[in-house]
Amino acid sequence: MSNLNSLSHFWPELILTLTVLTAVVADLFYHKDESRKVAWWVLGGLALTLFAIQMGGSTVTDLFMGTIALDPFSEFFKILVLIATVLVILTSFNSNELQDYRVGEYYSILAIMVFGLFLMASAIDILMVYLAIEVVSIMSFFLAGYLKKNPHSNEASLKYVIYGAFSSGIMLYGLSILFGLTGTTKFVEMQAAISGLSPDSNLALIISAVFILAGFGYKISAVPFHFWTPDVYEGSPTTITAYLSVAPKAAGFAMLIRFFNQVFGDSSALVSESWQALNQIPWPQLMGVLAAATMTVGNLVAIQQKSVKRMLAYSSIAHAGYMMMALPLMSKAGVYGIMMYLLMYLFMNLGAFFVVIYIQGKTGGEDFEDFNGMGWKMPFVGVVMTLFMLSLTGLPPTAGFIGKFYLFAAVIEAGPQYYWLAFVGVLNSVISLYYYFRVVKHMYFIGERSETVEMPESNLVTFVLLSLAIPTFIFGWYFAPVANWVSESLVIFQGM
Amino acid sequence: MDSLTNYLFVSVVLFALGLYGVITRRNGVAVLMGVELILNSANINFLAFARFGGMNMAGHVFALFVIVLAAAEAAVALAIIINIFNNFHTINVDDVSELKQ
Repeated sequence: MSNLNSLSHFWPELILTLTVLTAVVADLFYHKDESRKVAWWVLGGLALTLFAIQMGGSTVTDLFMGTIALDPFSEFFKILVLIATVLVILTSFNSNELQDYRVGEYYSILAIMVFGLFLMASAIDILMVYLAIEVVSIMSFFLAGYLKKNPHSNEASLKYVIYGAFSSGIMLYGLSILFGLTGTTKFVEMQAAISGLSPDSNLALIISAVFILAGFGYKISAVPFHFWTPDVYEGSPTTITAYLSVAPKAAGFAMLIRFFNQVFGDSSALVSESWQALNQIPWPQLMGVLAAATMTVGNLVAIQQKSVKRMLAYSSIAHAGYMMMALPLMSKAGVYGIMMYLLMYLFMNLGAFFVVIYIQGKTGGEDFEDFNGMGWKMPFVGVVMTLFMLSLTGLPPTAGFIGKFYLFAAVIEAGPQYYWLAFVGVLNSVISLYYYFRVVKHMYFIGERSETVEMPESNLVTFVLLSLAIPTFIFGWYFAPVANWVSESLVIFQGM
Repeated sequence: MDSLTNYLFVSVVLFALGLYGVITRRNGVAVLMGVELILNSANINFLAFARFGGMNMAGHVFALFVIVLAAAEAAVALAIIINIFNNFHTINVDDVSELKQ
């Protein structure tokens, strides 16, 4: 579609841009103590954006001369990102860490990041892929280092910027090789060009695929590109840690699914139930090994952590590993499983991080010791945290179980050559039971029982925790509407 | 002399130097310079392929965008390094490690 015509389908992004500008200008008029009011402007803009997405209907087309795709698949991820952003903004109101800073910019930068994530979810041109990843990365560097006076936050942003710039540079080099091989920047034309290549160029193709994987792997924190994750997650403001562990990961998966299936798969990719890799590229084998490595490393290191925040950082690596299991399957069921899991993961992981923020505000720490006796002292927070831990482990009747169920079902259905992967996945889920239940053990069985009972004094905290806990519980046994929504969203743009 | 292979050779050398810089340098600014070399090596690739491959303008446009983004990234990275210097009084990336490894 031509540039001018595309604008009429680009309302959500246009509204977001206006939101950012309004928020930046509004911030100028607020005194430092009032700058958190910018959040309401941003929330209003996000609500309008959601409305615009809903109004757009489920058209499937390309925008801006084939650089961006408009399809239900990208809409699904946009809505996911919006939910995560709204919840993170609401939690930021009660965050202790942000109190000493002017927070107007914080909310504007979050809105810019949403814009980048929207582009990530819908890019179908390697130039747009690179631009979107950079917009998201640069904004995350800012947010990770937002606590200027806090050395941990500084260190987190330094490590993030070095790893981020390095891996996007490697990815760019891979993209340049791919551009040279195919002579185009559009996914669909690339697929046609690659299937016409002679076997002599396979080596160059594999090198470029591995380089590009470095960029994507960094975004979803897959092993061996995960080294930044624990330090950045531990040092950043906890609200941002929660956000980074969900939203960019979801958009990264959207991009990974689109890119590798469309560029390195045959033309039946994403249309039919199963498909083939082009030119015998060992893509499924590579992804299978990476998935197994990612979950194992994430889980084994998570066991040894003293800080709950850092434990959740490693466990988020492990969750990326579970989702990666479905990437090499080359089936529609696999993509469906990833989308279901991301939706469930959004609620349970944000919930776990938000409880950490709350406990941090009460005790000043985020180690396992700081959770001692909390289950008796704050019954509401204790029950909710137990629910999130159950769900992250994947036990019924919680959302995590349903997410894992669809993923493992897809892996088993794909045939005997993937049984080992499912086996590694089950083994890892059992390992994760140990460290998730350590939190529950500290909350209920260690430390003295408190005589007094505390409830969250702010209604906002109760509201946010309930709005995460209720879906985590309900989706465990009543998930038909969600499952329908996901399967309706499984319509991916295939070409002009 | 004016052939695709020469340009690709220069680009590979630049890429390798950038990689070496990022891995061996401990000074924060020097690490960033390594990253810039990697980005520029990719730029040479894009331009060389566009010029010799008989391709359309996509390669040129790509290089322009990369230059802009590299500048934006460098601005943010330098701001972060200034902040690091204010708090740690060093920009050696190895000395900045208070978080548990």
